[in-house]
Amino acid sequence: MQLQYKSQAVAKPYFIAAIGLFVGQILFGLIIGLQYVVGDFLFPAIPFNIARMVHTNLLIVWLLFGFMGAAYYLVPEETETELHSPLLAHLMFWIFLVAGALTIVGYLMVPYASLADMTGNNILATMGREFLEQPLPTKLGIVVVALAFLYNIGMTILKGRKTALSIILLIGLVGLAVLFLFAFYNPANLVKDKYFWWWVVHLWVEGVWELIMAAILGFVLLKITGVDREVIEKWLYVIITMALVSGLIGTGHHYYWIGAPGYWQWWGGIFSALEPLPFFAMTVFCFNMVNRRRREHPNKAATLWALGTGVMAFLGAGLWGFLHTLAPVNYYTHGTQITAAHGHLAFFGAYVMVVLTIISYAMPILRGREANPERAQVLEMWAFWLMTVSMVFITLFLTGAGILQVWLQRVIPDPQEFMTVQEQLALFYWLRWMAGVVFFIGLMVYLCSFFAKDKPQTVETGEVQPAAT
Amino acid sequence: MSAFFTKSMARNIFYGGTLFSVLLFLALTFHTTWTLPTRDHRENLTEQVARGKHLWETRNCIGCHTLLGEGAYFAPELGNVYPRRGAEFVKIWIKYRPREGVPGRRSMPQFDFTDAQLDDIVAFLKWTSEINTEKWPPNIKG
Repeated sequence: MQLQYKSQAVAKPYFIAAIGLFVGQILFGLIIGLQYVVGDFLFPAIPFNIARMVHTNLLIVWLLFGFMGAAYYLVPEETETELHSPLLAHLMFWIFLVAGALTIVGYLMVPYASLADMTGNNILATMGREFLEQPLPTKLGIVVVALAFLYNIGMTILKGRKTALSIILLIGLVGLAVLFLFAFYNPANLVKDKYFWWWVVHLWVEGVWELIMAAILGFVLLKITGVDREVIEKWLYVIITMALVSGLIGTGHHYYWIGAPGYWQWWGGIFSALEPLPFFAMTVFCFNMVNRRRREHPNKAATLWALGTGVMAFLGAGLWGFLHTLAPVNYYTHGTQITAAHGHLAFFGAYVMVVLTIISYAMPILRGREANPERAQVLEMWAFWLMTVSMVFITLFLTGAGILQVWLQRVIPDPQEFMTVQEQLALFYWLRWMAGVVFFIGLMVYLCSFFAKDKPQTVETGEVQPAAT
Repeated sequence: MSAFFTKSMARNIFYGGTLFSVLLFLALTFHTTWTLPTRDHRENLTEQVARGKHLWETRNCIGCHTLLGEGAYFAPELGNVYPRRGAEFVKIWIKYRPREGVPGRRSMPQFDFTDAQLDDIVAFLKWTSEINTEKWPPNIKG
């Protein structure tokens, strides 16, 4: 089986880089998970704050690699034309990869304060804010890569067929790039800093990223189920309407306790209580499309990932978000392990899984076959279950830790000190770490699935088949 | 979804709903920005406070601590550390962190701050503790 458009091949290095950085992210996750219970582990060589920064930044970067790979793969097929410039896409790949790698090396080899001095943070201070820790040159690099990427994708859509799916993807990507510009706004006033910091963080993950996610999921479902495009695109509009109508004002659930007016407790509470709706719609959408499928696609693993995304995104982003989004609840849970629990399942269920969905669907085709051999798919499905179930357990253990933390530190009549409470949570942290090890095993199985081959008689080489249309 | 609800209707609802939400969000943001001066007491935001925030950022304090509940959840909340511990305790705590950490325990790095820098950090934490946070956190423990 061949690619419909040769230029789709640029997606392949993006997907490979995404998976490589994913492995790095999980390794650092294991380090910080252990530091929660063995406080001096790797101290002072790799203090917690540095390892956590590597963990979260690698996540963001690999998801961006995944999104870009997804766009390069699906846009030519949607627009029925070759990518505007495969060369630019290749060039940006290397720039982004080298910039990302240098940033991580910088974090690990140079004290953060020296890194800030060396990279012009005294000219324009942007560093040292959660998730936006990158040095100025890296942030500028992200802008350059994003602009070149948008130009490339935009020109392709402009010259080709304009489907609703590709327009939704484009709106999401433009939003991603534009909102990132708020990363450069860092006033001395902490309240204003925090207020607009959320315009990057919240409006990414609970706003425009949902458009990107819906488009990717819609594309994969379109391909594997053969359901009518009109139906799928109608669903997509309904999902993203709910996402933005709930998510934009829903930003207010971050404004309860940072100095913004009290009315945000109402605005943020009511609208963010609606944020599970788009995710629930995605769940229904996934199952509905698969049930109404008009063909049996041989890539069973991709179907599993797509359905898994629908379910886990609802649980992680929807349910676990709703759990602590109302102001009277959030008053007690804000900034505890409850937040960490939600963060883990939401990022995994929504964004990690949607990227793994498109990789699962596209990677076999990029490697010249419609679907992977049986044994590879079985391994991939094992990886799916190992990673998904262990992430559910990570979330449950962190939720347990969070409930206990809230109780001991904020509810009982004689509340205890932060560290006194933390010591009593050790059991939960150990269990979470063990679930993390299982997750890592699942990830290794996932890597193996790319190299698994069938017995000779069932190997499909596919070179001679006519291209699917 | 049946035939009476068409794709173009869904699309129009998306654009209309999004536009409405963006405008509402901008209006609320405008009003928030308008009222912030009475809540953040920016008249007390001195050069020293700004220097303290810069030190807070360039040492990546948020990578372990929370500040007004945001950050990592590895080390104590510092939005109210000023009333909880007082200026002297905070300065001494930061100043005497053992370079190699405390065996078996979560440790804070030794940042080698000057006394003037320690004053800057305390000024930043004091200013932060005076923000009107709608009475959060629930108690002094953070």
